[in-house]
Amino acid sequence: MAGNRVGVVGIGQTHHRAARKDVSMAGLVREAAIEALEDAGMTWSDIDAVVIGKAPDMFEGVAMPELYLADALGAVGKPMMRVHTAGSVGGSTSIVAAKLVAAGIHERVLTVAYEKQSESNATWGLSVPMPFAAPLVAGAGGYFAPLIRAYMYRSGAPRHIGHLVAVKDRLAALRNPKAHLHLPDIDLKTVEESFLLWDPLRYLDVCPSSDGAMAMVMGSEKVADASEGSVAWIHGMAMRSEPTMFARRDQINPQAGKDCAKDVYAQAGITNPRDDFDCAEVYVPFSWYEPMWLENLGFCAEGDGWKLTEAGATAPTGDIPWNPSGGVLSSNPIGASGMVRFGEAAQQVRRRAGDYQVELKTGKALGHAYGGGSQFFSMWVVGSEKPA
Amino acid sequence: MRDVAVISFVQSAVARDFEHNEVEMLVPTLHAAIAESGIAKNDLGFVCSGSLDYLQGGPFAFVSGLDAVGCWPPMRESHVEMDSAWALYEAWVAIQTGEVDSALVYGFGKSSPGDLHEMMTLQYDPYYVAPLWPSMVDVAALQARAYLEASGRDEEEFAEVAARAQRNGRSNPYAVRAGDVSAKDVLAQPRTHDPLRDADIAPITDGTAAVVLAAGDLARSVCERPAWIRGIEHRIEAHGLGVRDLATSESTKLAATAAGVANGRVDIAELHAQFSHEELMLAEALGLNGSTTINPSGGPLASNPVMSAGLIRIGEVARRITSGDAQRGVAHATSGPCLQQNLVCVLEGDS
Repeated sequence: MAGNRVGVVGIGQTHHRAARKDVSMAGLVREAAIEALEDAGMTWSDIDAVVIGKAPDMFEGVAMPELYLADALGAVGKPMMRVHTAGSVGGSTSIVAAKLVAAGIHERVLTVAYEKQSESNATWGLSVPMPFAAPLVAGAGGYFAPLIRAYMYRSGAPRHIGHLVAVKDRLAALRNPKAHLHLPDIDLKTVEESFLLWDPLRYLDVCPSSDGAMAMVMGSEKVADASEGSVAWIHGMAMRSEPTMFARRDQINPQAGKDCAKDVYAQAGITNPRDDFDCAEVYVPFSWYEPMWLENLGFCAEGDGWKLTEAGATAPTGDIPWNPSGGVLSSNPIGASGMVRFGEAAQQVRRRAGDYQVELKTGKALGHAYGGGSQFFSMWVVGSEKPA
Repeated sequence: MRDVAVISFVQSAVARDFEHNEVEMLVPTLHAAIAESGIAKNDLGFVCSGSLDYLQGGPFAFVSGLDAVGCWPPMRESHVEMDSAWALYEAWVAIQTGEVDSALVYGFGKSSPGDLHEMMTLQYDPYYVAPLWPSMVDVAALQARAYLEASGRDEEEFAEVAARAQRNGRSNPYAVRAGDVSAKDVLAQPRTHDPLRDADIAPITDGTAAVVLAAGDLARSVCERPAWIRGIEHRIEAHGLGVRDLATSESTKLAATAAGVANGRVDIAELHAQFSHEELMLAEALGLNGSTTINPSGGPLASNPVMSAGLIRIGEVARRITSGDAQRGVAHATSGPCLQQNLVCVLEGDS
């Protein structure tokens, strides 16, 4: 990884819920930020800069909300930035914050990502009709379902694969007290019998709409060495984007995702992700994106992703657990969901994942986020040990 | 810190672009900036932009904006929902890590299709202030009044700023408001938002801007006289207007000190002042004196493409350094109501 070493020294997140009517937006981000500061053994005055991220402003109706949230996040008199890269934003925000430390500009940076989806309706917030543009009016599910069908056709995956992921991630979430969805009775039959939204996606194949926030404190090597708690060291971080639509674009297995993974693996010395990671927290908002991203991220050969899922390799008890926290399928505060992935990966290598802690062998985990129509990617590799 | 320079700058601005959407406006700007940089598009290490969804009236303005780059094969790319001066800051940080040696930075926005001044009301605290619906000009007028009373200045000085902006704008092809205007002409206008007159308020502008940054030897190899970034800092202050001293710009002072504005002579300054009083306040906060030429381009009072206007300040200073017209200059960008957030960039040529 380029620049100075960076460690994640504090992590906090809210209880994710369909509607957090007990807090304002400021209250929501503070809940996560205060927990992260306490975890880091710091107070607001220790922080040099604040980096905030969220998905489109139209989800809450506040334009450039970093301005309104400056007071709540203790940023007065400090540098504050606002990142927005679509669904990958939680990951990109983490990376922008970490780079401020890697570049030697700051010692301690607070980063926060949030979404308060209950303020509006994200599906229709995504589909505002624009003048002179063909109206999509599909929401995210309507956009991704045809890509999933194309994946099924291409790989020959049987129809129940997505449902397996839907069950696996919801059962994992039962061990995560902060997850939005706790569905103890879920099984293959319940998913199959839930109503059809966008073929092949049934209601339970789809992520919920959540209110929630995630926060992390990034520290320099000096700060991390002095930290009393455990540290997740950043071994690599990368972002890639490609154009939304052009004839040669493979929307099912996007080049930007492959390039981003290749870059971050090279930085972190990962040669075989299935063996070299103890777990991965990957942005899977629709169940079928687990097998699709298994292939895109090089955990198996192209066309074999669904076989790993079917064999249980990605279950908490499998050889490469994916989303042991319950993942996006169990909590989806959109703008924060990427940072939740990055943060949950960090909690695993800090041995701070509570009841959903995986066994650490290599001490490395992958955090992943994607956004838009699968053209924006951000990823990081975190480890228990300092990078070489 | 690595030496990083602005090596190319291109902008576009018109009062109202009926013919093009944002992407169509961006394409010529981006590709001219890339051509001028002497670095091939796919050799650029990083791409970062600044835009505002509420200007476009839809989510993800930056997504379609990115189509203007044509980032294939995939590129390292990011976006801030802030003036693109902060996108330049993010790109500068990326270069500082050593990961990349160059970056394309751009901003874009069309203010003309909607009502900019009303729309910016959505920036306020959504629970206590936004429901009162004061426009961005209403709160600027509050600040202007607070400044008049605290500073002992008068409206004639505002009018002088406004008139000079239009006179300087005559030599700026991107000025949308320019002319041989005197302070007396401005004072003859009625106050629309007491104590502000039309000429004290930045004109509605559609436009784009792009800058290419390069580090050290790469910058020297492609640019005869790079405009080196000697300091770049930004600070934010409280959002609640009631808890701030509106008569001064504390965050600009903090950023100016951190960026080292006072460490040398300032030949020119380009200030992101969207209202006449802001220019006076900012010049004070930056510690500028009579030896500095302020807003030779006319500044935002002559041309104010929102989300690009801050980046344009950096570009305007840089191009005067590259041309040899200036040796050292200061660029300023702002975000939020009443100068809530401010960025200061010190640029310098090789001596």
